[in-house]
Amino acid sequence: MNGMIIGKYVPGDSFIHRLDPRTKLLLMFIYVFIVFLANNGWTYGILTLFTCLLLFLSRIPFSFMIRGLKPVLWVIVFTFFLHVLLTKEGHIVFQWLGIEVYDKAIQQGAFISLRFLLLIVVTTLLTLTTTPIEVTDGMESLLSPLKKWNVPVHELALMMSISLRFIPTLMEETEKIMKAQTARGVDFSSGPLQERMKAMTALLVPLFISAFKRAEELAVAMEVRGYRGSQNRTKWRELTWGRIDTAFMLFIGLLAIALWLLRS
Amino acid sequence: MDIVFRDVEHRYQINTPFEKRALYDIHVDIRSGSYVAVIGHTGSGKSTLLQHFNGLLQPTKGTVHLGDYTIVAGKKEKHLKPLRKKVGIVFQFPEHQLFEETVEKDICFGPMNFGMSEQEAKARVGEWLALVGLPEEVRHKSPFALSGGQMRRVAIAGVLAMEPEVLVLDEPTAGLDPRGRKEMMDMFANLQRQKKMTIVLVTHSMEEAARYADDIIIMHRGTIVRRGTPEQIFRNVDDLIHLGLDVPETVLFQRAIEQKFGIQFPEPCLTIEDVERSLQTLFTRVKRI
Ligand SMILES: Nc1ncnc2c1ncn2[C@@H]1O[C@H](COP(=O)(O)OP(=O)(O)O)[C@@H](O)[C@H]1O
Ligand SMILES: [Mg+2]
Repeated sequence: MNGMIIGKYVPGDSFIHRLDPRTKLLLMFIYVFIVFLANNGWTYGILTLFTCLLLFLSRIPFSFMIRGLKPVLWVIVFTFFLHVLLTKEGHIVFQWLGIEVYDKAIQQGAFISLRFLLLIVVTTLLTLTTTPIEVTDGMESLLSPLKKWNVPVHELALMMSISLRFIPTLMEETEKIMKAQTARGVDFSSGPLQERMKAMTALLVPLFISAFKRAEELAVAMEVRGYRGSQNRTKWRELTWGRIDTAFMLFIGLLAIALWLLRS
Repeated sequence: MDIVFRDVEHRYQINTPFEKRALYDIHVDIRSGSYVAVIGHTGSGKSTLLQHFNGLLQPTKGTVHLGDYTIVAGKKEKHLKPLRKKVGIVFQFPEHQLFEETVEKDICFGPMNFGMSEQEAKARVGEWLALVGLPEEVRHKSPFALSGGQMRRVAIAGVLAMEPEVLVLDEPTAGLDPRGRKEMMDMFANLQRQKKMTIVLVTHSMEEAARYADDIIIMHRGTIVRRGTPEQIFRNVDDLIHLGLDVPETVLFQRAIEQKFGIQFPEPCLTIEDVERSLQTLFTRVKRI
């Protein structure tokens, strides 16, 4: 449970922390596209360098990031081997037990795994340096043009912020209930299937009950304070788009152009 | 089962930016069969300490001896199940752990996990219900149909049913009405007396600590700052106030009397009965003069 870092905010005052959340959201959005521009050593090199720069600027300890990536590492390794075994292009590098491995396959496997890794690092970086509230405020602001077509942007943002807000609470709750049931002799990590199912019930039933209770309490609390959607609401925290945000967006634009020119 | 902590430290989420030292320099000895109260502010590390008593948490430094078990920092201990049978922990708000369809099934869950047969467990449910002061009718009800206080009792019965040697209680009476509190505290004291259970109680109530415990441990910001019998602890009222803790009403009353009349009672008054006795001797003395 403690290994998970996606969705956790690490307080700080780095350059990345101070960027407007809209900038970071746009960065993530654009990044998802430009990652697919990379298709050779040069472009992947630039992209990796850029990602490392972001990581460095965020002041998030490198080791912390690596540890947080562990849960997804096996997916990346799996992707790599899938490519190595299934792609049949270029020259055969070696043969073993009837399995032929081609040089292009290794290259492609490496590139695709790297692409996957970079995407995850950047998304994680966004959540590590932006509070959930900032993320939703940014999201709401970016999506606000859609209000013209009656898209309930505010409500969607609220739903998102509530879910984000309660992820840590649910994790905490899970840990507490697991501990309480472990003390009653439940073994969550081993044992026959039937006992494991029983263990899951002992965890999930209390967890659902508390989640429903919490939801109800929250709804009542909102109602008594007169909450009724987005009408005439002002914001306490206003987003401010600064010069560094413009500069940063220009920099990303340049990066995209560079990748476009250098791709083969 | 004796419990010994030697130089124990616990850090949560070690080696991350969230690392948090919740306990340090912990040295404790808890004799088998004693009743120990742990007092301290929210966040002083009481719950963290308790979770070391059955290996739910393992120290990040130092050693914990629990009967025949020795848990050393850095070595992952497995096969803790027999230990968990011997040390029952009632967590804060234990009613949040209920999950079965009937009270009976929920109470039987713990003992059956530790190898008791279904028949035996079911046959003894009546005994456990009586122990926590619940009527026989609730047996086949859903635990979620009960009142908050009754749910708490069911959850406690579920831990008592494991027949532990050590009973660890994390604020078991929080949120109960005064009568429910008293009944429950009397029940724990009985278990200590009759079944020779070791009891470790975390509480915010100085009155409870003063009345029931043989020994009091005071925690402050992750370590133990005072340890002694209730008489020793409550003799030093200013010290407690300095630590930002409450003092039992009876002790405050005694202090007010002492200051007003310029006298000194031989012992701290920990219960209403103590106050009564002290006042009686005082009055007889006054009469003689
Ligand atoms: N699971 C956890 N992860 C990180 N920190 C925790 C966790 N549980 C408790 N803490 C921290 O450890 C400290 C001691 O907490 P706790 O033992 O619960 O205190 P108490 O029971 O005396 O209120 C607190 O500062 C708390 O924030
Ligand atoms: Mg606590």
